[in-house]
Amino acid sequence: MRPTRVLALACAGAVVAGLSACTAGGQEPGAAGGPVAVSASDTACELASAEVPAGTSVFSIKNGGAKVTEFYVYAPGDRIMGEVENIAPGLTRELHVELPSGTYEAACKPGMIGKGIRTALKVTGSAEPLTADAALADATDSYQRYVRSQTDALLPKTEEFVAAIKAGDVAKAKALYPVARTYWERIEPVAEIFGDLDPKIDGREEVIADGMEFTGFHRLEKDLWATGDISKSGPIADRLLADVKEIVAKANAEKLTPLQLANGAKELLDEVATGKITGEEDRYSHTDLWDFAANLEGSKAAIAALRPALEQRAPDLVKQLDSEFAATEAALGKHRSGDGWKLHNQLSQAELKELSDVINALAEPISKVAATIAAK
Amino acid sequence: MSESRVSRRRVMTLAGLGVAGVAGAAASAGALVRGAIDAPAAAQEAAGAVPFYGDHQAGIVTPAQDRLHFVAFDVITKSRERLVDLLQEWTQAAARMTAGRDAGAIGAVNGAPEAPPDDTGEALDLPPSGLTITVGFGPTLFRDATGADRFGIAAKRPPALADLPRFPHDALDPAISGGDLCVQACAHDPQVAVHAIRNLARIGMGVVSVRWSQLGFGRTSSTSTAQATPRNLFGFKDGTANLKAEETDLLRDQLWVQPGDGPDWMTGGSYLVTRKIRMLIETWDRSPLAEQEAIIGRTKGTGAPLGRQREFDEIDLAAKGADGQPAVPVDSHVRLAHHSVNGGARLLRRGYNFVDGSDGLGRLNAGLFFIAYQRDPRKQFVPIQRSLAGSDALNEYLRHVSSGLFACPRGVRDGGDYLGRALFE
Repeated sequence: MRPTRVLALACAGAVVAGLSACTAGGQEPGAAGGPVAVSASDTACELASAEVPAGTSVFSIKNGGAKVTEFYVYAPGDRIMGEVENIAPGLTRELHVELPSGTYEAACKPGMIGKGIRTALKVTGSAEPLTADAALADATDSYQRYVRSQTDALLPKTEEFVAAIKAGDVAKAKALYPVARTYWERIEPVAEIFGDLDPKIDGREEVIADGMEFTGFHRLEKDLWATGDISKSGPIADRLLADVKEIVAKANAEKLTPLQLANGAKELLDEVATGKITGEEDRYSHTDLWDFAANLEGSKAAIAALRPALEQRAPDLVKQLDSEFAATEAALGKHRSGDGWKLHNQLSQAELKELSDVINALAEPISKVAATIAAK
Repeated sequence: MSESRVSRRRVMTLAGLGVAGVAGAAASAGALVRGAIDAPAAAQEAAGAVPFYGDHQAGIVTPAQDRLHFVAFDVITKSRERLVDLLQEWTQAAARMTAGRDAGAIGAVNGAPEAPPDDTGEALDLPPSGLTITVGFGPTLFRDATGADRFGIAAKRPPALADLPRFPHDALDPAISGGDLCVQACAHDPQVAVHAIRNLARIGMGVVSVRWSQLGFGRTSSTSTAQATPRNLFGFKDGTANLKAEETDLLRDQLWVQPGDGPDWMTGGSYLVTRKIRMLIETWDRSPLAEQEAIIGRTKGTGAPLGRQREFDEIDLAAKGADGQPAVPVDSHVRLAHHSVNGGARLLRRGYNFVDGSDGLGRLNAGLFFIAYQRDPRKQFVPIQRSLAGSDALNEYLRHVSSGLFACPRGVRDGGDYLGRALFE
């Protein structure tokens, strides 16, 4: 069933491009219609074909090794085009990824660490991308404008925060911390594309890999709230600003695909469910509800960008999303405090449960958006 | 979609040399080994499916399975339509899963790659394992704490679904008590029971929210004369005098709601009381054998009533021991629970042992998750528990920490019917 569907999708694209391989049966080896077998082991990463046609490619990764592995397709500069995580030994998983022509690297990561075992991958020819659909193309443009609007604020707010830290002004830095993060949290799906930058800027102490320094917002959060001593925080603050500058430049140049947008909208809510409702994200400052609100706004912005395309495909889903977004905003709205939000530790267990319930209710229809966008 | 009609079990045989086939073969080998200990026929039964459709819900007189996952939900929608839609979806999913199929029509691995699967997949390759799914409605579904009629069904609340009174020694935690809806999933394989609850909770996102849930292992009652009486964590046989599936007259009088008992929608249903009963294991283990037996009123070895020889000998409450005192002490558990001292009231119990790890003081956080079905709790559970809570010698070793009361409607008759239809239509 699944191969048929993928073939149909690929052929539809080819028909638009000019009636080529599909009418002949689509039997070219490595054609977009057939999965590219990837044989992964603890020491090797072999692709059945080092060249695929532009468009949606399917990689079928079989883990013949003893370690859990991951599979990535990287564009130059290690920009992640697509990934499959957690492929257990003996399992076969598929990655569907839309690749324009160019040179890429495929990587298997046995043990899920390091740079992985890299193989060159060439994508040739041109195919009508998924964004050929006008509504979907508008979605990516619209979201790119949103990202720019947020980075326009993220940079100056981070500069203010960093200046306060370096001036030793604890009170001012504490006040600016959740504000600067708001712009960051709204566009996190974009940030996560750039591999190492996300943990440098936003990594929590326990997720920092061996050999990597604990830097970024949460390091400064700890200095501000846990020790109250920021006399030695200047270099960390400078690093944060440099990293934010780098990501702002990269983010503004990036165009997310409609699928990335849809998955990003869902991932933002997953962030809320796993990090903010539990109070893990801002464990020293307890400003988790600021991040909650920002994640929710970011998710809503991604859905808003997709809205015209969703209206065409699934009007009922749009209605459901509208009502669940409204319910979530209302539930969160109860915890406003002045221009900001109550602290996480000021909420009762029952209040947190209510927030958890509304996020689950919203995340359920949002999890359907990606398939709705991919269909057709 | 023909895949959806293939049971997981058939997939297992069809999968041949595929990855699923290897895992499937391991699973079936496991079932055979377990069966060899009991009897080959039992292994067959342990793997097989229990019919979902019928006059009564399965999971009540069904011979008690080995494992439990019980969950209570709060309904978080205000929409009656969404609640009814959910009951219909649950009915479909329950019919599929009890037959050993995936929860959704598409399945765990056949859907669009961009969409989350409509089954979570951890029961792939496992047989139906005797799974039953039993649904009940709590008092708060009819009226909320402020007395509001939430879904236009307040007038249909049965008088028998009266809030339970507070009993002496109750140490109930509201966070793990009550609930608007409950689902009891029982199976011979814990993964199958957990899979059922997980998928029903997933389907219910946005309509219901899990309030509390409980895992149980080792049934503590037999609900059929074909089953041996198991032991609870005190080490005693439990459920010897239980109502059993074969006692049809008693089931009519004591278990199933009869026409005229209350609102028609409950006819053919049964009322469920749950109590999470923490056992103070360590102090119990330090008490002498004779004291343990006197507290229970049965011998620990055979389970015979004190003063009698064999497990199923009738309890003789009048018999005197050599010391002239009653052979079955006046404050013993079996005497106080016996139907002859409770106006003939009996229960169909199908509880499970639980061990929720340890409690931080190094004590086992363990006990009995008590489950009892009956025709009318006001005449059955309530008087029996009053009698026990007042003077049971066992109370010293027990803490009731959670309580639930639910009306379980009649069974789903066929594919066009759904759980609770008579209540909502």
